[in-house]
Amino acid sequence: MTALELAHQLRERFGGVLGEPEQFRGEVSLDLADPERVAEVCRAARDELGFDLLLDITSVDNHDRPPRWLLVYHLYSLRHGQMLRLRTRVPEERSELPTVSGVWPAADWHEREVYDMMGIRFRGHPDLRRILMWEGYPYHPLRKDFPLGGLPSEVPGVAFTEVAPLEGGPFVTTPGAADAIHREPRAKPGPTEG
Amino acid sequence: MQTTTVIGYDSKVEGDVVITRLEAALNWFRQYSLWPMPMGLACCAIELMAAGASRFDIARFGAEVMRFSPRQSDVMIVSGTVTYKMALVVRRLYEQMAEPKWVIAMGACASTGGMYRSYAVLQGVDRILPVDVYVAGCPPRPEALLDALIKLQGKVRREPVLRTLKRPGPALPVRPPARQMELQP
Repeated sequence: MTALELAHQLRERFGGVLGEPEQFRGEVSLDLADPERVAEVCRAARDELGFDLLLDITSVDNHDRPPRWLLVYHLYSLRHGQMLRLRTRVPEERSELPTVSGVWPAADWHEREVYDMMGIRFRGHPDLRRILMWEGYPYHPLRKDFPLGGLPSEVPGVAFTEVAPLEGGPFVTTPGAADAIHREPRAKPGPTEG
Repeated sequence: MQTTTVIGYDSKVEGDVVITRLEAALNWFRQYSLWPMPMGLACCAIELMAAGASRFDIARFGAEVMRFSPRQSDVMIVSGTVTYKMALVVRRLYEQMAEPKWVIAMGACASTGGMYRSYAVLQGVDRILPVDVYVAGCPPRPEALLDALIKLQGKVRREPVLRTLKRPGPALPVRPPARQMELQP
């Protein structure tokens, strides 16, 4: 059974909540209109369609184009050998949706990462703590409005962060300036210099 | 008639003796048995392992006894990227090491943050620890680490052991780090 057929089956099961399956380069995506039903849809996908492996949960920050958050679930069926992408949008005012860690235990850490990096909360999660940054860090660093170099922070008795020196940016190229060979004395000589 | 009198020491009875200063002897003991604490945090730790293996053989310099307990180590080799989350642990392990203690910052990340100009990475372990030797490289070759170890041995050899031995507090003058980090008890 192909991923498209499975996606259509899931759509029939849930009526108007799921959008038309989109296919792009052999990958099938389904949009879920109501993020509150994500756990229900995932449970049906696992029990009835055989999506027994959760590959990843990730999130996209749309910043100033609401709804701000896009949650992306990558499901895989070992029985059918097919992948399905499930997407759902969450507005910034809510920033919360049900956990799927009851469906796949693997979701536990993925949801902690989304919470740590984006600040989206998962209702019913057994242990919603930060996973990459230290406990008590005040920001969610993968948001679009967070600077790459970081922001200074300090929790006395716990830890601190400082702004990393970016020296103008991570990858700076100035139009009209000398190229890397002339600008950088340690670079190897170019073909014109022999 | 001239006679020779043996005073105090008879080499035929007591065997060979080397005479030296106490401080030189103590420093000599110390410098050839620096037990490292391998603080392996990233790919530099692979080169650290290579330095310990037979091809490069850190045992030639008396530093092959890698101790994973801070209580038994003399030199902490910080090899790898120190994230802010791990910085707490690094600092705590350093504080648990018994005096005298030294720190080698191995590689670009441990020395300066390296290529990780990022919100998550401590920009050099010298912001929380007093570093004795910095090793350049990304990652450094095992020879570079051995060179750092020899440089550290040179530093240990010149340390005024006796003058600082019985003083209360840290035995050796510790350069304060750029940033004091308070730890929760």
